[in-house]
Amino acid sequence: MAHFSQTSSAVGSHPRLLKDHPRLRQYVTHRQIYLLILPGLLYFIIFKVAPIWGYTVAFEDFNPFKGILGSKWVGLHYFVQLVHGKYFLEMFRNTVVISLMNLVFYFPAPIILALLLNEIRNEPFRRVNQTILYVPHFMSWVVIAGVTFFLLSVDVGVVNKAISFFGGKPVSFLSNKWLFWWIILLQNVWRETGWGTIIFLAAMSQIDPTMYEAATVDGASRLQQIVRITIPSIMPTIVILFIIQLGQIIQVSFEQILLMSNPYVLSVAQVFDTYAYSQGVVGGNFSIGVAVGIFKSVIGLVMVVTANTAIKRLGQEGIY
Amino acid sequence: MSLRRRTSLLDVIAASVIVVSSLLCILPFIYIVIVSLTDPSVYVPMKLVLIPRKLSLDIYRYILSSPNFLNALKSTVIITFVGVAINIPVTFAMAYGLTKRKLPHRKVIMGLVIFALLFDAGIIPNYLLVRSLGLMNTYWAVILPAATNSWSIIVARSFLDSIPSELEDSAKIDGCSDITIFVRIIIPLSTAAIATLGLFFAVSHWNVYVKPLMYLTDSTKRTLQVYVATLLADTQGAGNAAAVGQDEFLLPSETIQMATVVLAMLPIMLVYPFLQRYFMKGVMLGSVKG
Repeated sequence: MAHFSQTSSAVGSHPRLLKDHPRLRQYVTHRQIYLLILPGLLYFIIFKVAPIWGYTVAFEDFNPFKGILGSKWVGLHYFVQLVHGKYFLEMFRNTVVISLMNLVFYFPAPIILALLLNEIRNEPFRRVNQTILYVPHFMSWVVIAGVTFFLLSVDVGVVNKAISFFGGKPVSFLSNKWLFWWIILLQNVWRETGWGTIIFLAAMSQIDPTMYEAATVDGASRLQQIVRITIPSIMPTIVILFIIQLGQIIQVSFEQILLMSNPYVLSVAQVFDTYAYSQGVVGGNFSIGVAVGIFKSVIGLVMVVTANTAIKRLGQEGIY
Repeated sequence: MSLRRRTSLLDVIAASVIVVSSLLCILPFIYIVIVSLTDPSVYVPMKLVLIPRKLSLDIYRYILSSPNFLNALKSTVIITFVGVAINIPVTFAMAYGLTKRKLPHRKVIMGLVIFALLFDAGIIPNYLLVRSLGLMNTYWAVILPAATNSWSIIVARSFLDSIPSELEDSAKIDGCSDITIFVRIIIPLSTAAIATLGLFFAVSHWNVYVKPLMYLTDSTKRTLQVYVATLLADTQGAGNAAAVGQDEFLLPSETIQMATVVLAMLPIMLVYPFLQRYFMKGVMLGSVKG
């Protein structure tokens, strides 16, 4: 009742307009809701949709002073240059290796830790430890790079101090090509394992406790209960997260790599985003920077769509 | 009350692994804090010292009086506070609007949010956008692109959905407009969600690195994270360029770096224990598909 009096008082002089156009009436009824949505909507349009317009830069010989419309069109020139460039295979390899290492080594970690946490009966003990385990997640990559530096640096790192103490020669871990990928992996494990347990613990809390009771009555050991009850029950969660991560394979933490990269490890550290950054933002070669970005986005999109289709095929709900 | 069981091998293994993991998580921080408290007079580079002979706050005093550091701190604080002040209204207002099932084009708008979740235009297009908006070298360049995000909107919407519509209906009957309902009823009921999301936003503003690096070219506008990164990079290459402190002791660069890192993470560490349960609730909300 209040609805009608609202709208007709606002546009009281045009009752026919509203009567003949039910859609219009809906807009008017909801005008305040639209007002509430407006800032957010503007945000998404300006900062999420509009930048796509910047993709045209990759097809042009972009000159910042001439702008997008004034620069010369070159079509796929920069894409061709990118694929044939000497860094392309490197970037591709580095990205894939880092992502796969994450998938193989990092991914199981929160699951295992969650399974162990789930077995702890002492509530205070469990909660205190969880609190501690989540701490690294809230540290910025700068702080984490700093911590890594204080651990592994050849000048001031604890590890090297210990090596010296025992009479050895300090090792330059951070400029070692072969160690770079492992350092990146360990940073990620250290930072995210604790926090990553949350979602699995949430899934575990949904498991029907009577199943465990029945298993105990049947004489199953706790280990058997974990393997036969807990793991299968959280398998849907595991599968979804695994496939999501697989879909993100082209996405490597740009900030982390940027901070840990140095001239010595560049050949193993360079990924698409860092190349785009150094070429585009730093070097001013916007065209090739955007070309790299588009390339990465396309692959990423294909991966996400494939991953989502895979999830749906398995009977689970996808992301969309 | 669970059944009392004998402590089995599994219990021992589980507890050990967990304790070791926890130690691995905090020991590095503890080490850094301790070393940063070393009195400069007893510091020897390259010497493995786990417990310094003399503790002092000299290094911190030096840093806290350094204008570069204070500028950086100021920048980060401004960005964090203004950022969250924008984040909460924008996010919750939009989330509330999206709970209205009868809103025309609601699905389209929601689709836009999900699209943004899956797709990001990339560094350079965003950079070009900020440039063309004339925001270069302003705090807005860092704050506005982070005004909200898809995940927060989805979580906020899930939360707001759980508020019974009877409350809104009865307010409507009393003649309240939508905005009045939002401000007078919904917001006060949402303090938990606001606190949770607010904290997530605050942490992300505090920790942001790449955006200030790209957009805040003025060295006085540098944020704390950028300042720390520069500090670390400086001595990485140049060797131990030390500073001279008030007491005429050469302040070792290592301890300066460590103390700066400690200060960069201190606010989060201080706030964290009290608010940890809010963080967890937020993630649980987000992990249940709305």
